[in-house]
Amino acid sequence: MIINGVTIDETFAEAFPMKATRVIITAQNSKWALISAQAMTGFATSVIACGCEAGIERELTPFETPDGRPGVSVMIFAMGKKGLAKQLETRTGQCVLTSPTSAVYAGLDEGVQIPLGKNLRYFGDGFQISKQINGRRYWRIPVMDGEFLAQETTGMKEAVGGGNFLILAESQPQALAACDAAIEVMRKVSNVILPFPGGVVGSGSKVGSKYGALGASTNDAFCPTLKGKTTTELGPEIESVMEIVIDGLSEDDIVHAMRIGIEAVCKLGTGNGVRRITAGNYGGKLGPFHFHLREIMS
Amino acid sequence: MSTLTFTLKNTPKQRVDMSPMIVDRLSTMSIAEIKAITLQSGKYQRSVDELFDVYGDPGESMIIRSSCDKLDYVGHGQKSGFISVEGNVGAYLGMNMSGGVITVIGSAGIFAACEMKGGNIEIKGNVGDFLGGAVPGNKQGMKGGTVLVKGNVGERAGDHMRRGMILIEGNAADYCGSRMIAGTIAVMGEAGRYLGYGMSRGTLLLWKMPAIPPTFNDCGAHTLTFLSLFFASMRESDSKFSDPVAVFNRVQRFGGDMSNTGRGEILVKI
Repeated sequence: MIINGVTIDETFAEAFPMKATRVIITAQNSKWALISAQAMTGFATSVIACGCEAGIERELTPFETPDGRPGVSVMIFAMGKKGLAKQLETRTGQCVLTSPTSAVYAGLDEGVQIPLGKNLRYFGDGFQISKQINGRRYWRIPVMDGEFLAQETTGMKEAVGGGNFLILAESQPQALAACDAAIEVMRKVSNVILPFPGGVVGSGSKVGSKYGALGASTNDAFCPTLKGKTTTELGPEIESVMEIVIDGLSEDDIVHAMRIGIEAVCKLGTGNGVRRITAGNYGGKLGPFHFHLREIMS
Repeated sequence: MSTLTFTLKNTPKQRVDMSPMIVDRLSTMSIAEIKAITLQSGKYQRSVDELFDVYGDPGESMIIRSSCDKLDYVGHGQKSGFISVEGNVGAYLGMNMSGGVITVIGSAGIFAACEMKGGNIEIKGNVGDFLGGAVPGNKQGMKGGTVLVKGNVGERAGDHMRRGMILIEGNAADYCGSRMIAGTIAVMGEAGRYLGYGMSRGTLLLWKMPAIPPTFNDCGAHTLTFLSLFFASMRESDSKFSDPVAVFNRVQRFGGDMSNTGRGEILVKI
């Protein structure tokens, strides 16, 4: 398959099941809601070493938030319920509670409930106040800047992590420009996050390593500097490869994000140095969800 | 929705215990069975048929027409369904109710919504003492649900209240929120003396500055985010609380009752 001169490989992205939750962070203004959300989703690119994958889904207008203030929707993905609950609690406690004027609410009502403010309330040292409004419990925790408000729990649901595609370009600037084009449209898709820095992975990994202690290592088949030294997947014209990873609440969400992302990349075409689109395919070792590029783009 | 209508034939001389007449129970009975239900009235037992004209079909809804303040325990222990009372109603309205809706187009007597666990009660007129309270001897009053009163309420509204919301568009007499354990009482009108007397936790939200008891300490003026959620939850209700003009989140906070644990609060609009 070739779109605007860009070859779409006959391959598939391999993804795996995860648990996900969503929270709504609000603050006095959108600047501070965003700061809080950025802090909460920091160091959360990959479950390989971060414990979770987290990202900002989108910014919310005051009409979309429970308390009528500007907000940000954040999603967190982890491999299991216990890990997700721990990450949610520590990140909320250290990044949102500490962020001035912030409040945090459930972003998923359905599903198994996991603690949000349920245990953070003890920070109130006995001065915390519970309020039940419309059947939902909230905790008012007195803090130095006023009062921190947290909903008791948020929902958790089955999700999909690790959807991806790789952009192969003639130069590093061209690969990055293609990623920027994809990210710009993919950020508008609901129910997905792009957990890596700016949404882009500059150092995609393969499963396993020659070093026993490592579960993942550099994807040498796609490293342009190793073209002559390893079993490479790259032609002589490729100088840089970048990956976009997508976590989503469902397979359909990931398919949608991949489709519009790849479309944006292909729109740039070979005239802008984009030559191929492929995907992280680890021969079925990584996960049960297979996103076939040509099916998605047909 | 099937509706049963009970029209009171004459004002009874004695008080009538209406507790057998709840929607979830009547919905499974035939009209003949319903008419044969005996109700305690003073020291006499009288059948429903003696007291009321009954018509309609048993279902999720019932209407009591020409009601008077002699009818006690309306909606007692109700779990679901709708009761509409056209006229006044006696004591213990919605006592121990855990679900459903009761609407009174008139006034209610003492102990309305006492020990209520869930559901909604709306009273268009006034209410007597001990709204949402606990019956004598019990230690916990209202434990859930919402009560909206368009008129005034008597003394000790929310006495021993444990959870839920009491919304009062009119005035509240003395001892509002007395011995309150938790929950929220909002009063748009004037609140009487001894506000929050002995309350351990809970919130009294007031539109007008009351006489603050000496056992409450001024904690200053604050903008509280939870008030936005509180008012948002009432946006769809047919009350002054849903009026955008009534919405505020800037309050003067008084903590108390310091003679108890002091973890309650009086919030006054500023």
